Amino acid sequence: MAYSDKVRSTYQTTLKGMQDAGIFKIERYIHSIQDAEIEVEFPPGAPLRKVINICANNYLGLSSHPDIVKAAHEGLDARGYGMSSVRFICGTQDIHKELEKKVTEFLGTEDTILFPSCMDANGGVFEAILTEEDVMISDRLVHASLIDGIRLCKAVQDTYKHSDMEHLEEKLQLHADKRNKLVITDGVFSMDGDVAKLDEMVALCEKYDAMILVDDSHASGFIGKTGRGTHELCNVMGKIDVITTTFGKGLGGASGGCVSGRKELVEMCRQKARPYLFSNTIAPPVVAGVIRVLDILSKTTERRDKLEMNANWWRKNLIEAGFVIQPGDTPIVPVMLFDAKLSQDFARDLFDEGVYAIGFVFPVVPQGKARIRTQISAAHERHHLEKALDAFVKVGKKYGILGKTKNEIMEMYHS
Amino acid sequence: MDEIRDIVLAYVIKEYLEDPDEEIGYDTPLITGGIVDSFSMVSLKRFLENKYKISIPDEKAGPEAFDSVNKITKLVQEFLAK
Repeated sequence: MAYSDKVRSTYQTTLKGMQDAGIFKIERYIHSIQDAEIEVEFPPGAPLRKVINICANNYLGLSSHPDIVKAAHEGLDARGYGMSSVRFICGTQDIHKELEKKVTEFLGTEDTILFPSCMDANGGVFEAILTEEDVMISDRLVHASLIDGIRLCKAVQDTYKHSDMEHLEEKLQLHADKRNKLVITDGVFSMDGDVAKLDEMVALCEKYDAMILVDDSHASGFIGKTGRGTHELCNVMGKIDVITTTFGKGLGGASGGCVSGRKELVEMCRQKARPYLFSNTIAPPVVAGVIRVLDILSKTTERRDKLEMNANWWRKNLIEAGFVIQPGDTPIVPVMLFDAKLSQDFARDLFDEGVYAIGFVFPVVPQGKARIRTQISAAHERHHLEKALDAFVKVGKKYGILGKTKNEIMEMYHS
Repeated sequence: MDEIRDIVLAYVIKEYLEDPDEEIGYDTPLITGGIVDSFSMVSLKRFLENKYKISIPDEKAGPEAFDSVNKITKLVQEFLAK
């Protein structure tokens, strides 16, 4: 028996260590569709509770939208359930090409390639387009999937301080001798909700002959005047060489992702990206759903406008209530609690008050920067947000943190 | 040696510390202490190579050799002596 008691014991010890350190993740079981209000079983076996959800990436409220569900049904009927093949053998349907074309038009790029997820897009893109002669210079707060993709690539790796343009410029100078230089950033940073300075970054990239890659997973569909993403917001449409994004958040919420950008880079991914070559692509019903999402978003900005209004209301009212909020202008509104235990206690009490939110602690966020990350949706109606705000205020009063500064909260709570 | 040590310390503070109140010393663990991640080591290596006109092979530039200012200083001296 290969899985001896000794081997089992090593894993049990590791898992116990994670539990003792408070970093053991537990799932909550949702018995309803994904929406502004969900029915949750937590802890396992407990009676179902209807709670307001403020921690989904369902920014545009399309996860369970009747039009999208209908389109997915139609896709299922017309093109079946799965492809049983990777793209280049016999796994490419007309609708995959149709979706690639629509994403290209929506993002304003040259070409697009679908991936099973954006995790896969980020995992495969660097190795496909760079070699050991090149350099990757990434923001120090980029998403874990970009970090994994960077690790898989033989190009030289370097970083710059978060959104620090002077530091980025120093790095571009330091690596001037490299063949190709690629600057890598999130469009919207997922834990802080701040936006990359893409206008300044594009100017630096032009100055030093570098390419730029933006992961716009927390932006596609709703950031910018018509929801095209951070490149629209920063007035650099057509100047981002590679955009990676997901269909698992604002753009329908199911699954799938893509690399969209310069046609040669997209073609390199089609020839070399391993998650594309060795994994089935997005299933037909999901492809049909995302096509409908893009049709809706290309016709009207109603949903992103409502999201913007909701997010502004939520941010303004949390600040007025006396919470410390990470500055920003996106639907990601982090309520800073700083202390890890306080963030967990706060989330538990919010759940008791009928609000579902999660406390994020180290290593997902830096030490001493624990928080409740709230995420607003176009599916939220004002009454949802008012109820959620009441719950935040009630729990905030319980812990005595309203109106307190960062240092005051840190003095009160340090576990 | 003191001069090299102080130059390396100054570079590490400028390059890697996010919080201006954070203090580090010559023996503070940089990589195992989470101050310098493995991605960011390359700029430190390139800085040392440019500054001291040395070439540190990748196999010598592992996380262990870069884990404190004192260890980095020792590594630089080793290559300066060659």
